[in-house]
Amino acid sequence: MKIYGKHRFPGRLFIVEGIDGSGKSTQLSLLHKWLESQGYVVFFSEWNSSPLVKTVTRRGKKKKMLTPMTFSLIHATDFADRTEHQIIPPLKAGAVVLADRYIYTAFARDVARGVNPEWLRKLYAFAVKPTVGFYFRISLDEAIRRLRAGRKALKFYEAGMDLGLSDDAEESFHIFQGRIIEQYEKMVEEFGLQVIDATLSIEDQQAQMRQFVTQTMTGTKKTRIRRWLDLASLGKGSQV
Amino acid sequence: MARFSFFGEGLPGIDLGELKGKLIVLEGMDGVGRSTHIELLKQWLETNGRAVLVSSMTRSTLAGKRLRQAKEGHTLGSITMSLFYATDFADRLENEMIPALKAGFVVLVDRYVYTLMARAIVRGVDSEWIQDVYRLALKPDGIFYLRVGIDELITRVLQGRGFDYWESGMDLHLGEDMYDSFVEYQSRLLAQFDRMVESYGFEVIDASRSIEDVFGDLKERVLRMLDQRAPQTAG
Repeated sequence: MKIYGKHRFPGRLFIVEGIDGSGKSTQLSLLHKWLESQGYVVFFSEWNSSPLVKTVTRRGKKKKMLTPMTFSLIHATDFADRTEHQIIPPLKAGAVVLADRYIYTAFARDVARGVNPEWLRKLYAFAVKPTVGFYFRISLDEAIRRLRAGRKALKFYEAGMDLGLSDDAEESFHIFQGRIIEQYEKMVEEFGLQVIDATLSIEDQQAQMRQFVTQTMTGTKKTRIRRWLDLASLGKGSQV
Repeated sequence: MARFSFFGEGLPGIDLGELKGKLIVLEGMDGVGRSTHIELLKQWLETNGRAVLVSSMTRSTLAGKRLRQAKEGHTLGSITMSLFYATDFADRLENEMIPALKAGFVVLVDRYVYTLMARAIVRGVDSEWIQDVYRLALKPDGIFYLRVGIDELITRVLQGRGFDYWESGMDLHLGEDMYDSFVEYQSRLLAQFDRMVESYGFEVIDASRSIEDVFGDLKERVLRMLDQRAPQTAG
């Protein structure tokens, strides 16, 4: 079993982190399209999406039966399944893997729930260290302003309502997300996260991301299938 | 001072000083008669006026059902499987064992973190890592390790329900068939258990004897443990 920082794969792993409303998913999907247009083979993996585990998580959340510890472990299980099935195999094959949220989400949220930070780092020791980890920095007020513009009611765990911080969802969300930002800020140096100012224009943020990514792409595999050319040659009935 | 302690960092939000009961663990391989002895102990303790809670693996409200289903599919990686079991364990620890200990119950656990660690290690998971994961667990008052040798174990399984896919470690491709695989897998597990005897303070009980003899032995040890730790409530 290889531990964090010790994996050696030909592929590249780029991840995005930040609180809800920081715009990280938008940026990652723009990066995704661009990398594909450049001919790279790109895989995408999203936090809390393992087909094997997510039904347990969903049910646990719905029935409010998760404690800080089981909340932490069920997300670690989900992440492990994706690491073993969605992240490591493409990296071994030399592909690019993009992840929307990574272990730093767990470190931020679970510590904000009172789980021991050192233990969490041991728990996730099997994770592959990203080639670049982007952190989208935004103030809590700005994130909330953006969320208000688009969204429905706050979710129970997202607002940290399980912690009894406040009976008011809005207030609880404020306190809880504030703690999460505090944890992210601490991790910037600890894990060498690349900070992106999430208040810049979408284009400027994307340009910065592409620049950081480009610097690490030397030697990365591109797909042989150049789609337009192949379609054209098929039309001419050429030999494979 | 609290009578209980965690292996390491433990669980957030738990006041160890509130735990009053006893945490008794039965460990051992499949087919050594653990469940039989748990049931016998339960009846005996209850007859003697002790409130008893039994907790068994993959029986958590949160993850138990899905974990059992996931095993059917044979697609779990070894790290994922270890963490799924850890989730099941933590859910039972927080929602079954700890509340019962607070209420002063004797909690009988059919396989604790030791089985989970042994299985993980045999499947190639880093032993230090899996021990780190279980720094969340409570240290039991007593760990009774029902032990039989590998030959005896094979005979028992053959007489019983036959070879099972996971108990034979078929996911590890250790042998040509179920039998070879079973022997190899169970030998490796046994070696892991034997290794833990000293480091975790297992009390080894020779389980190759008759049920009556093994139970007599267990009873004596449990009684001694209960008396020693709680003289005011001698059963």
